[in-house]
Amino acid sequence: MNDLNKTYDVGKSDSPVLEEPAISNFGKKISLSTRIKEKLLYYFFALNGIMAVVFIALIFIFLFKEGFKALDHIHVSDFIYYNQQQANNTLQKVYEWYPTSSIERYSLIPLILGSLLTAIPATIISTIFGIAAGIYLAEIAHPKVREFLKPAIELFAGIPTVVLGFLMLVVGATLINDFLNPANRLNAFLASLGLSFVIIPIIASLTEDSLHSIPNELRMASYGLGATKWQTISRVILPAAFSGVSASVILGFGRAIGETMIVLMAAGNAANLTTDLFRSVRTMTATIAAEMGEVSQGSNHYYALFFIGIVLFTITFFLNLIAEVIINKMRKKNRL
Amino acid sequence: MELARKKRDIFGSIFINGIRLFFFILVFVLVLILSKIIYEGIGIISLEFIFDAPRNNMMDGGIGPAIFGTLAVTFIMILMAVPLGVFAAIYLNEYAKDTFLTRVIRTSVNNLAGVPSIVFGLFGLGFFIFFIGKNIDEVLQTGLLFGQPCLLWASSTLAVLVLPIVIVSTLEALNAVPKTHRDASYGLGATKWQTIRNVVLPQARPGILTGTILAISRGAGETAPVLFLGAAFFLPNLPIADICIGGYCISMINPAEQFMYLAYHIFILATQSSNPTLTLPIQYGATLVLIAITFLLNVTAIIFRYRFRKIIGRI
Repeated sequence: MNDLNKTYDVGKSDSPVLEEPAISNFGKKISLSTRIKEKLLYYFFALNGIMAVVFIALIFIFLFKEGFKALDHIHVSDFIYYNQQQANNTLQKVYEWYPTSSIERYSLIPLILGSLLTAIPATIISTIFGIAAGIYLAEIAHPKVREFLKPAIELFAGIPTVVLGFLMLVVGATLINDFLNPANRLNAFLASLGLSFVIIPIIASLTEDSLHSIPNELRMASYGLGATKWQTISRVILPAAFSGVSASVILGFGRAIGETMIVLMAAGNAANLTTDLFRSVRTMTATIAAEMGEVSQGSNHYYALFFIGIVLFTITFFLNLIAEVIINKMRKKNRL
Repeated sequence: MELARKKRDIFGSIFINGIRLFFFILVFVLVLILSKIIYEGIGIISLEFIFDAPRNNMMDGGIGPAIFGTLAVTFIMILMAVPLGVFAAIYLNEYAKDTFLTRVIRTSVNNLAGVPSIVFGLFGLGFFIFFIGKNIDEVLQTGLLFGQPCLLWASSTLAVLVLPIVIVSTLEALNAVPKTHRDASYGLGATKWQTIRNVVLPQARPGILTGTILAISRGAGETAPVLFLGAAFFLPNLPIADICIGGYCISMINPAEQFMYLAYHIFILATQSSNPTLTLPIQYGATLVLIAITFLLNVTAIIFRYRFRKIIGRI
């Protein structure tokens, strides 16, 4: 009994072999300098990990620090409307973004409308094409074809957006002008077409991933019950992968809201208060891109642009968070 | 019963062929876009176009300085982003235990990837230029040198932008190295760092390389953040400075200068040049060069990843 206890105790003191190899029971053989080196390297890597987080935190801090200064000079309600005095001494609410006029107007409403007017049609188009492409790649295409086409789709996700903006400007605008005769040559619809090229690969790739992760037993069971291929896809596979597919659409929408170059080049950049797809609009991202270069540091306009940055950051951050939560839930469910 | 089944089949095959049709429309449009760029751009591509500076109010000459600027910016960006990203990933995967802090790091890295690139531009302006740059100028008494848009801050901002790409792909690569290999190394008496250096990193190298290549491609294609971080319409000189030590002079990238940037060059020629129609061939040529660079990088990354997964799959 005593002996047993003794060996147990010895074993215990020697046990953390795998957890802390640097100070293992072979510790006597590892020289002091090696141990110091190990410890220093640990701190070095930890420092790098912390640095990465610090940079992420800094983005957050500086964006909000500069953006909230706007509220010192511009009232929250000014970001929504401006009370304009009419001829008969009544006040009328105007929704205008005019930061450089003699009476500065900072309504974000036309910009937010512009962002939605480009992002929503783009998301609708991309959802149709992206999900179709995802289903085709995962369920219909021959495995050898898929092996080639999936990287090709990912390749298109890597096209610089300035290229798409340029193409929309020189080719797309002429085509749309000839066929649809829009009110403005550069308009929200043109920009949303350009955005689709960015979002379709994202939705297609993520849809393919989530369809691919559905266990094969489900397909076999469905076929075994006499279902056809389409019935299997529409009633078994798609419902099972629903959360993954919807997460991909949310991510695509977030990307569309945050995209800059395409809307800057193709949406016309006039801050119209409109819901007409075929008129020029100006998005939040394009406003920052177009005006930040000329604004002087510390002016109201400068802080207002940072405030738009906060709005953008918050929207995309929450869209990403929602998508991540959905994907994590799906992973847990699939594992069970 | 038999009839109903047949009807369902017809219904189903219509949908399946519809999906096929959608997919092939997509592929057709993408091929059309590519061939349009190649068709319009290939005519102007020559050695002079790639190496010469723009002449005659941008209507003549090449895109040499813009390509040089892109290379310089992405080079400095990689020097900053890859060590930081790889070391951070090593810490997360090899050293840190699964605590609340590491989960916060992982979540924020994932979310950082979704932040719009223009917001990174704002961050670069507010943090690097107006905070760090201005303070450097004050401390070093250099006048207005670092407190204005320049190559260094553009590279730094892009480095933060590509940091998630480097971290995520390094994490994936480290994670794919089997735990048994680490245990075997420990069993032979190796320390943690010896294990990482001799066992884990050699196997993860292709994965890390993939992340680096993807980061370069992303950085070279980004336009929005560099819009107000020092990209210039036209500069007569390259951002180069001679550093002389004891009579020997080496030309180095001068990080305090403004620069021309290929992606920005396309944007500015298409929207703000004095005669957009006359410069159209140059715009197509520059677009073709930019697309060729990013595609080449991405194809290399895809091949690397494919090989890496095959090797890991075999183990």
